[in-house]
Amino acid sequence: MLAFLLRRTAAMVPTLLVIITLAFFLIRLAPGGPFDLDRPLDSATMANLKRVYGLDRSLPEQYLSYLRALVGGDFGPSLVIRDFSVGEIFARGLPVSIRIGGLALLLALIAGLGLGIAAALRRNRAVDYLVMTVATLGLSVPTFVTAPLFQLFFGLSLAWLPVGGWNDGAWRNTVLPVLTLALPQVAVIARLTRAAMIETLRAHHIRTLRAQGLGTATIVRHALRGALLPVLSYLGPAAAHLLTGSLVVETIFGLPGIGRYFIEGALSRDYTLVMGTVVVIALFVLIFNILVDLAYALLDPRVRHG
Amino acid sequence: MGEATASQQGYWRLALLRLRANRAAVTSLTVLGLFALFCLVGPFLSPHAYDRVYPDYVREPASLESHPLPAQIQPAAERIAQRMRAKVEEASVKGDAVQLRLSAPRPVDERNLELFARSDLFGRPVVVERADEGRRLVLEVPIERQRFLFGTDSNGRDLMSRMMVAGRISLAVGLLASGVALLIGVVYGATSGYLGGVVDLALMRLVDVLYSLPFIFFVILLVTFLGRNFLLMFVAIGAVEWLDMARIVRGQTLSLKRQEFVQAAEALGVGTSDIIRHHIIPNLIGPVVVFVTLLVPKVILLESFLSFLGLGVQEPLTSLGVLISEGAKSIQGGAYLLIFPATMLIILLLALNFIGDGLRDALDPRDR
Repeated sequence: MLAFLLRRTAAMVPTLLVIITLAFFLIRLAPGGPFDLDRPLDSATMANLKRVYGLDRSLPEQYLSYLRALVGGDFGPSLVIRDFSVGEIFARGLPVSIRIGGLALLLALIAGLGLGIAAALRRNRAVDYLVMTVATLGLSVPTFVTAPLFQLFFGLSLAWLPVGGWNDGAWRNTVLPVLTLALPQVAVIARLTRAAMIETLRAHHIRTLRAQGLGTATIVRHALRGALLPVLSYLGPAAAHLLTGSLVVETIFGLPGIGRYFIEGALSRDYTLVMGTVVVIALFVLIFNILVDLAYALLDPRVRHG
Repeated sequence: MGEATASQQGYWRLALLRLRANRAAVTSLTVLGLFALFCLVGPFLSPHAYDRVYPDYVREPASLESHPLPAQIQPAAERIAQRMRAKVEEASVKGDAVQLRLSAPRPVDERNLELFARSDLFGRPVVVERADEGRRLVLEVPIERQRFLFGTDSNGRDLMSRMMVAGRISLAVGLLASGVALLIGVVYGATSGYLGGVVDLALMRLVDVLYSLPFIFFVILLVTFLGRNFLLMFVAIGAVEWLDMARIVRGQTLSLKRQEFVQAAEALGVGTSDIIRHHIIPNLIGPVVVFVTLLVPKVILLESFLSFLGLGVQEPLTSLGVLISEGAKSIQGGAYLLIFPATMLIILLLALNFIGDGLRDALDPRDR
């Protein structure tokens, strides 16, 4: 197991390097720069700014020095958000995004698995159709639609919950963002679980359990083990994206997470901020992929001994 | 050969039968047809151009009644009279016209009567009576009746006409971007899967790398590169959505490649590109059709998302994402601005998803 972990972690390095390299040069290809304002700076100021941030050096030089700093855990200073380093920005925002995303993930797992199992057990009956319709609805309605609709109904019409704001993480402020984020994930997980459960319920070992007269709970427990595999492979990237924040949800509900920095950074050509976000997201994706593979090995003996 | 086409026909006929039996899919097809009719034919029937601004009707809530509402006539007339330095002594509405009795300290400059015609509520007035050297006027002002069934936006444009145009954009992006994704994905995936070996490895590694970069990154880059040309934006969306397609097609190709008819073609000395074109791609149609129908709602969603962020289509053209974002900003003022476009997007995406599901069940009935 340890060897597996080490091998996978080592394999992360080249992937990460390719991603960083691509992102670094791609963002520099985009026209414009971080110091372009509506009223152009005079050339001396511009030259000074560029020199301070090292943007006057050649691109390969900048690339190498960025990599060197990154190895030491330094994301560099933000070019547009004055007086903040990218590291500081993440230290503030990431906990917020992780909290909201983590809760949404938990909710999505519980609700999605429950609904999916219920639908699979009552296949082609009312429960199944209801779950599948709700799942299609959850899949079809984007967060930028659900978020303002939730604000309208729960925040303004019913006035049960605050319309937005973080308020130091008070639970009332987290309900709507978590719901909004979880809804599409519930839909996907329910669909995946249903399809996988239907498949495993047909398997021979489940038929044997049925023949032995075991109850539904036992059968579900055994079938779920096989049915979890496709859900798991979806869950890896999904968890990574949930935990690194959502632009839409954080903007609409006014949360201080890191979800909006990616697009903000890309639009304002804040190179270090964009790069930092790319690295963080890629790290999350890669780490979760490893976790998924580990979970696979735990759940599926064919993988473990294969 | 004849047998093959017969069984091919049978496959599609059977799929069609299964699709027809799927009530959700059939209903969705009807809904989609009505949606397309609404967006494509609607603008020709609508009395309002989508970019026509009615400064006098800003944020009129949705209603079936015709504008101006009875309560709006007198204040509007008074406002115009004030600009003519006159006062409305009496106003009485008679059918499609209003009779105004104006009085002014100095003779009224009758050229200013044009102000009525320029407003959105009235037509060109007719002077019925002049008295006191033009200090007293009786005007017959025709009322221009308008209907804004879905209300007007915060610039005073008819929301329904804007939704029709937005729907056109959505349908266009759905077709065009999916087409681009289809083309790139099928060619890339089929090549990778068929050639195999080092080529396959290299091509698929590239896909893996592109996967781990946030897709929105490319879209933003492409959008900044290509400028705000909406046609090119569609291409950009298609150009980032081909990855899944490439993977699916590659997987199918790998299994097709080992089948006898492909090996027979190879043995007969058919060229690689001909084999890919005549044997591999035609056999991929089933899974590809299913994937494309599920891709269409995805790209529509992506376009709306970009427009929601302000990266998509530009004013005065509009898209459902733009309308929803405007609605979200003004939920306190008028919920209808959010609810109508949001409902329209939800209906479109739901219909497309149900059709996609139905097609998948029809073409690959193992799951049901």
